[in-house]
Amino acid sequence: MARMNMIQAINSAMDIMLERDTSVIIIGQDVGYFGGVFRCTEGLQRKYGEHRVLDAPIAEGGIIASAIGMGVNGLRPVAEIQFADYIYPGCDQIISELARLRYRTAGDFFAPVTIRTPCGGGIRGGQTHSQSPEGIFTHVCGLKILMPSNPFDAKGLLISAIEDDDPVIFFEPKRIYNGPFDGDPNKPAVPWTNHPKGEVPEDYYTVPIGRAEIVQPGEDVTILCYGTMVHVAQAAAELTEVDAEIIDIRTMSPLDVDTITTSVEKTGRCVITHEATRFSGFGAELAATIQEECFYHLVAPILRVTGWDTPYPHAFEWEYFPGQQRISLALEKVLEET
Amino acid sequence: MARTPRLHIPQPPARPGDEPDFSYVELSDAGAVSRPEVTSRARHMENLALELVRVIDDQHKALGPWHPQLDTHDLQVGLRHMLLTRVFDDRMMAMQRQGKISFYIKSTGEEAVSIAPAMALQPGDMLFPSYRTQGLQIARGRNLADLMCQCLSNTNDMCKGRQMPVMYHWARGNIFSVSGNLTTQFPQAVGWAMAAAIKGEDDIAAAWIGEGSSAEADFHHALTFAAVYQAPVVLNVVNNQWAISTFQGFAGGERRPFAVRGLGHGIPGIRVDGNDFLAVYAVTQWAAERARQGGGPTLIEHVTYRAAAHSTSDDPSRYRPRDEAKAWPLGDPIERLKEHMIVEGSWSEKQHEKLVVELEEYCAEAWQEALSYGTMTTGPQLDQHELFDDVLKDIPAHLLAQRDELRSLSD
Ligand SMILES: Cc1ncc(C[n+]2csc(CCOP(=O)(O)OP(=O)(O)O)c2C)c(N)n1
Repeated sequence: MARMNMIQAINSAMDIMLERDTSVIIIGQDVGYFGGVFRCTEGLQRKYGEHRVLDAPIAEGGIIASAIGMGVNGLRPVAEIQFADYIYPGCDQIISELARLRYRTAGDFFAPVTIRTPCGGGIRGGQTHSQSPEGIFTHVCGLKILMPSNPFDAKGLLISAIEDDDPVIFFEPKRIYNGPFDGDPNKPAVPWTNHPKGEVPEDYYTVPIGRAEIVQPGEDVTILCYGTMVHVAQAAAELTEVDAEIIDIRTMSPLDVDTITTSVEKTGRCVITHEATRFSGFGAELAATIQEECFYHLVAPILRVTGWDTPYPHAFEWEYFPGQQRISLALEKVLEET
Repeated sequence: MARTPRLHIPQPPARPGDEPDFSYVELSDAGAVSRPEVTSRARHMENLALELVRVIDDQHKALGPWHPQLDTHDLQVGLRHMLLTRVFDDRMMAMQRQGKISFYIKSTGEEAVSIAPAMALQPGDMLFPSYRTQGLQIARGRNLADLMCQCLSNTNDMCKGRQMPVMYHWARGNIFSVSGNLTTQFPQAVGWAMAAAIKGEDDIAAAWIGEGSSAEADFHHALTFAAVYQAPVVLNVVNNQWAISTFQGFAGGERRPFAVRGLGHGIPGIRVDGNDFLAVYAVTQWAAERARQGGGPTLIEHVTYRAAAHSTSDDPSRYRPRDEAKAWPLGDPIERLKEHMIVEGSWSEKQHEKLVVELEEYCAEAWQEALSYGTMTTGPQLDQHELFDDVLKDIPAHLLAQRDELRSLSD
């Protein structure tokens, strides 16, 4: 076991996969010599060579498309998109091609591409370095969509993603790269060192795709969350002294419906939180699934606490971010209903 | 030659610890490149894409067919704008380091590629900037404090706090909004120019991107549409050798200059010494005149060097030699214009020193003015509820509800 932050855990996952499987290659802007703008690929080019860790031209469409071509030709590319906000030039290749290749060829062709990309706000990045576009991609059939909330899951899920024969988009909440963040920007930053999930095996292991995790068991209300919001939700539950069952979705698609419904059937209440905008966001899918599966167990309406339906404003980052206060109010509100 | 295909990995000439090496930059002598008529056919001037248009020579004299023959006043204005841009950049960088603003991008060493074109174009021409062309704002007379207020996200910020620092726009000054998403402005400028032609107006458009950004599909969209419709647009690629840690070879610059990309579309390509104010002025003037006369687009590659870090988040000593800027063969645009003016007798060291002091004072005053509108943490504050404005022209019901919710939180 070692102490790792999320960057080191992600680096370790790629290191192990480059070592174990010579078909694994890394491609992305500034990922080679420089080791990535967030340093996730640091040292990998030196170790595995320039033919396996490739710097790329600034063309997200080209990065995804070439990854598809390489994937079809037997490689297992891990493509980095420098910020999730810059994935859009690659969207045609992702949505029309990568996601549908297996289907349209009746399984004769597939491209086992993993797309890693940092997402989320909280770093004063303004509207082009803060987005959480996971809901855009969960709406596309043929993709697997993951977002870890801690170093242990980040490494295990990334290894699963790379080994998976289907295309995976692996969102990395950049605000928690260096430490868990409870939503209060005025508190000093904490490292992963003292967090149980900062303890990460140095060797190979996987965290299965399609399995949510109960972060904290509870009786009164279920909180569904992922990424940075897991830590904010925990803080809000503590603040309000609510006996909440907190579920880290981890893999939005495919979704672990059983874990969610079992919990909501027990608690009868549910608050969903994500950083992404609300309208047609992933929370809507969660809420719809719960009312279909557990309608008769619900004793209160399901509430969503999300980013506002606006771009992420530079000056009002913390007014925008769905913080502890808003989650706490939602918890109090669902608990009022009897 | 290898018998099996082998993947080629572009290699920068030097990494940290190596001697800087710019032997790959092909130079022409000042005055050596011919200047065709603006009405010439693109295929008759393909040499312009391969050679390097230069006007100021090593003895600081201006010569050759591209010499724009600017009068003393214009030269002094150009020098002043470039210097002001540098002084402004230095101050904003210092303010970022003091935590007053969240982020900044300098244009040090590349001032000529904004200032000279802005001066060579007409005020009605629409400019589509990149994040490293603050000189366009300065050359068009933007109040410095307005730019600072944007960087501060304060109550006088033209973006109302919605954008990161340097993402300026200026509707009245005909300067479009800077986007964080690279290259998007390139084909948009072509569309603006198409509209001008559709409406029968003789304003033209100009756009700027970095050479790294030329890899994006939008670069090709721009060239295709500009060529097909012969849009009146000047497309500028600023080849400052680096795109963050990635050298220009990764955008395809190892084989042919970026200016050559115009030729395949039948668009004239001009490769110009981007640190030579007079040369940049002259080629812009040529391209603008051509566009205004119905000759269509021109692609200009400005050969320059990014002397500063990519941004305040970057540490270039991790990926290039520390002293690389000193070895750059085309010098510094401000020094070169200054030396030229001194040789011509229209400027002196004394005047220059005085001007630097004056501009620093001007900048310091502008900063005080900007601060009077607040910072993100002190002084007057923007109304947070305005974050719901302008998503759409009218605020829809669900956003009104969200605004009420935010209001109830702060009560
Ligand atoms: C679509 C998109 N992809 C990636 C980025 C991240 N990024 C910001 S600046 C930059 C380098 C741009 O280099 P270049 O175009 O050469 O301009 P320079 O910074 O050298 O002026 C990159 C990759 C982005 N902003 N937008």
